[in-house]
Amino acid sequence: MCLAIPMQVVEIKGGGDPLFDPQVALVENDGIRKEIRLEMADRVPAVGEYVIIHAGFAIRTLTEEEAEYNLSLMRQMATVLEEQGRLPEAPE
Amino acid sequence: MRCADEFRSREITTPLVEEIVRSLKRPVRIMEVCGTHTMSIFRHGIRSLLPDSLTLLSGPGCPVCVTPASHIDAFIKAANLPQVTIATFGDLIRVPGSKGSLAAARAGGARVEIVYSPMDALTLAAQEPGRIVLFPAIGFETTAPTIAATILQAERSGITNFMIIAACKTMPQALEALMADPELQVDALLCPGHVSAIIGADAYRPLAERFHLGCAVAGFEPADILAGLLSLIRQINNDAPRIDNCYTRAVTAQGNIKAQALLNEVFESADSEWRGLGTIPGSGLVLREKYRRFDGLHQLEIPLLPSKEPKGCRCGDILKGRLLPPDCPLYGTACTPLQPIGPCMVSNEGTCAAYYRYSGQKESRRQTQVERS
Ligand code: SF4
Repeated sequence: MCLAIPMQVVEIKGGGDPLFDPQVALVENDGIRKEIRLEMADRVPAVGEYVIIHAGFAIRTLTEEEAEYNLSLMRQMATVLEEQGRLPEAPE
Repeated sequence: MRCADEFRSREITTPLVEEIVRSLKRPVRIMEVCGTHTMSIFRHGIRSLLPDSLTLLSGPGCPVCVTPASHIDAFIKAANLPQVTIATFGDLIRVPGSKGSLAAARAGGARVEIVYSPMDALTLAAQEPGRIVLFPAIGFETTAPTIAATILQAERSGITNFMIIAACKTMPQALEALMADPELQVDALLCPGHVSAIIGADAYRPLAERFHLGCAVAGFEPADILAGLLSLIRQINNDAPRIDNCYTRAVTAQGNIKAQALLNEVFESADSEWRGLGTIPGSGLVLREKYRRFDGLHQLEIPLLPSKEPKGCRCGDILKGRLLPPDCPLYGTACTPLQPIGPCMVSNEGTCAAYYRYSGQKESRRQTQVERS
């Protein structure tokens, strides 16, 4: 039921009326576009940003940088490990 | 998608595995309580990368698997009413109740549609005002707010032919009950990714403190899971259990406040029966009085009757981490993904199904015993 991979927003639609035309995000994957509800998103994403999705709802918005930063963090973790044989301690 | 491939790349996972091997000082048992973790661990062969002294147990993290037969029976009863269309998540339809399944009801003429989101069920209701569209509301804290938002939308748009059967569950209470079981031996918990995105990493604090239990919140890619395991092993080595959030790209300490507000607006907590675990106080979500008209059980007068587990199925022991799937006498013989007997073999996220698909072990270790008895 979970889709773990963040999806990139290609369009924001609606918003004309909060009740009958709520804002939704269009995300695209493999040429298929899906409408994603934004009620649960911590903030409304901009086009080009990423959302983490659950059952048709965005549950978290990531900036492009955040998405890339997280990836590079994982890569760095690996490099540090290789060099020092240990992971940096996570901050408490 | 490209970023997923990067997360999976060996360059990242190999040093993590090596560090886990180096850090492991004694046999350790870690329970993962998220169906998506279970699936990812099997699909990527993570068990085979890890030393034998690190045991991974799957807990009650698959929403379909913990839904008791009594609720499945109620879904089937609703499906068999002529005016009702069931709109459900796909992995629920083959789950056996005490008799039959939603798939069997559909074969017998009932209308059962598969949806990807509860909002799709509401759309269906708007398209077919002459029918009642009922959504079997199963899932944990991640799914419950999506259902709450759908109910609020139904109310705002005045759709009266949409209902749910409330069967959502909450994780911390179940983990409390599990950890209090003296027979369960677990050294640390790999906490679910998206449930934690909603409830926040701090939600595990009482659990960690009360049971002196290491907790790590992890994402779903192999590197995420390995980083989570490594954190737990270090916590065990230092005898300093805490809550380590290894999934900061989705999870904060406080969680998703908007989602929590949606959930609390529509649902309140109640005691809830878990398949195999029994009734756990305060672990379920029911509709608040204000939203009672969306309650399918009430509106369609469907009783929730006590029910029996499928005969011989050991899902309960598997969900508690007491047995591994091949310890079930029915595994691989009477029970396979094509002919499932218990829910753990039905759902993609079920431990038995994951074991059967990915572990290479296709037969029960107990077969001969069964033939004799
Ligand atoms: S193998 Fe089948 S019968 Fe046995 S515990 Fe798993 S789901 Fe139940």
